[in-house]
Amino acid sequence: MSTGTPTELRAPERRGIADIAPRLEPLIIPIGALLGGLLAFSVFLVLLGKSPVDFFGLVYKAGFGTAFSWQNTLSRVAPLLLTALCVALPARLGLVVIGGEGAVVLGGLAAAVVGTALSGAPTAIGIPLMMLAAMLIGGVWIGAVGALRIRRGVNETISSLLMAYIAIALLNHLVEGPFRDPASLNKPSTAPLDPALRVGELPGMDVHWGFVAGIIACIVAWVLIERTTWGFAARIAGGNIRAAQVQGLPVGRLIVCFTAAGGACAGLAGFFEVSAIHGSANGSLVSGYGYTGILIAFLARHNPLAIIPVAILLSGFEASSGLIQRRMDLPDATILVLEGIVFVAILVSETLYGRFRIFTPRAEEQP
Amino acid sequence: MNRRTISRRSLLKAGAATGALAVAGALPFGAAHAADLTVGFIYVGPKDDFGYNQAHAEGAAAVKKMAGVTVVEEENVPETVSVQKSMESMINFDGASLMFPTSFGYFDPHILAVAPKHPDVRFQHAGGLWSADKHPKNAGSYFGYIGLGQYLNGITAGHATKSKKIGFVAAKPIPQVLMNINAFLLGARAVDPTITCQVIFTGEWSLAVKEAEATNALADQGCDVITCHVDGPKVVVETAAGRGAFVCGYHADQSPLAPEKYLTGAEWNWANVYTGMVETMMGGGTIDNFVRGGLSDGFVKMSPLGPAVSDTARNQFEAAKAEIMKGGFLIIKGPINDNKGNVIAPAGKSFAEDDIALESMDYLVEGVIGSTS
Repeated sequence: MSTGTPTELRAPERRGIADIAPRLEPLIIPIGALLGGLLAFSVFLVLLGKSPVDFFGLVYKAGFGTAFSWQNTLSRVAPLLLTALCVALPARLGLVVIGGEGAVVLGGLAAAVVGTALSGAPTAIGIPLMMLAAMLIGGVWIGAVGALRIRRGVNETISSLLMAYIAIALLNHLVEGPFRDPASLNKPSTAPLDPALRVGELPGMDVHWGFVAGIIACIVAWVLIERTTWGFAARIAGGNIRAAQVQGLPVGRLIVCFTAAGGACAGLAGFFEVSAIHGSANGSLVSGYGYTGILIAFLARHNPLAIIPVAILLSGFEASSGLIQRRMDLPDATILVLEGIVFVAILVSETLYGRFRIFTPRAEEQP
Repeated sequence: MNRRTISRRSLLKAGAATGALAVAGALPFGAAHAADLTVGFIYVGPKDDFGYNQAHAEGAAAVKKMAGVTVVEEENVPETVSVQKSMESMINFDGASLMFPTSFGYFDPHILAVAPKHPDVRFQHAGGLWSADKHPKNAGSYFGYIGLGQYLNGITAGHATKSKKIGFVAAKPIPQVLMNINAFLLGARAVDPTITCQVIFTGEWSLAVKEAEATNALADQGCDVITCHVDGPKVVVETAAGRGAFVCGYHADQSPLAPEKYLTGAEWNWANVYTGMVETMMGGGTIDNFVRGGLSDGFVKMSPLGPAVSDTARNQFEAAKAEIMKGGFLIIKGPINDNKGNVIAPAGKSFAEDDIALESMDYLVEGVIGSTS
């Protein structure tokens, strides 16, 4: 950041553009990077002989242009909000956790197993218990990554990724073995959930309640980080872990709690996949939501509130993938290339902070 | 679009309207197709995978050639809410009224969730899961008895093997796969009853690294004819041929990948099935909700025999094929045991290819080396 004089020391009557500009910096740089990424992608399209205007027109139409498009987009958002939190929360402590996928699949499995055991239970009891089970196992799984980091110095990026592979193997083993519904012949699954334990859709929309839960989780996470002493301590530790330790902050406990909270969010995503979409746990739970969450958290610069619009934007991109394939004869990987270019552009833009004079308070004008 | 959309539309109007006017005019969409019927195909993997998806895409290509038909396709669509929205997107934006979502995992819950909302659209699913008392009337199932294709594969393998050991790379120990493994060995044993078949399960439908490892492991153990049941047999075919083993294909024709080593292959004949269904639809008829067929019904076909197939092998292959074409071929003939010594069928009891009991197969027959769990 710049070395300007704090705003409050300045004369109150001088509130021009130069004063609010510093506050806009974290907004303008990522948006500029996003536009730069879209421009770079347009060059790529032109080289392929395709029209960028057609492309973005179709993205708009299929992602945001009609009522159906909005539902298509929003129905994809729920798991992404929650898996992005699994990356963003530990990231505030300086940890790069990329194994949210593991917590998603185990959360889904736990929800299905608990749901099967509770078959016949009323909704008001069954659903909270399933959610609890999913969050618990997700929290333990990613919390263990944090604990390994604290106790044994194991790199959390590697361990979380490897634990995701273990989680997927566990899911496959358990749904094909001990928890398999004997009636699921050619697609091994747990027993179908009781209809009372299925989460429904928002009134009048084709979007399930996971969307609302995801938004609430993002808001709660933002309050936790920005408005509580715990969040403050976490940000200190994320900024300089030695300084935090010297100050006597419980860094170890913070790391375990934040990784566990992130894992609980991803586990909750698994619960919604099972209860709202699949109705049982099976191999289809492994669909990469945990990995898309990484992208979203980084694009949102690990700000839980920024995750919401970013997740909606990326879901819109993904919702348009089909129409792009059908109308422009481009491969399905096109949208992945677009996401990748935007991702790189945003990461590169991190180096631009503090480089533009317009964003720096004009210290030299002070007496 | 159904009636509920109207209330959603007003609900979402504010968001949808943002910027809509600015872009709407200049765009290339909205022009409705003049075709009589738009057919949507959705694949779980790439449509050039030399396997499951390619077999369906070849069916789609045949439909595309029909007059008055427009085909829209999407590949690599996961078995999540994505496929539900892909179906609805084809219905809403392209006016598709016949859908072929081809992956097994698309049926429950995805087709079952979408079909009731679009009663005018017909959903056809490969896999044989539809049942009259549980599922919507505008959905239907079709599937082919491809096990006999693997039986014929086994006959060519039985003649080609020198080591009397043949190999099978399998995805998961589910009934459809177990049927293919058993049929492959029984075909080979129709040539020489001392032949054994080693099976390796990879655990996933599409996992190239494990498929290559499994193929190499089979070759290391002396298997000199290898076949498979995974989504895309490309890796198995190329690896096996690279190790000098003969290969039998599955799903689609893989002979271009190993022209010298390819004996034959059990292929889906979706082109025949799909064009038939589209003709029925366009003629104003209704497609049966539950359709199955084998070699004699044109649901399944065999790849042309490769150059390595001997004349004796060819004769036995053709004789067995002629027998199968008559229908009612007994694939599991008693007395027969599983590979743990349990009796599957005593002398005198047999199962024909369309016997419903075979659809919950949970055993490997005697002579298969491997375990279902």
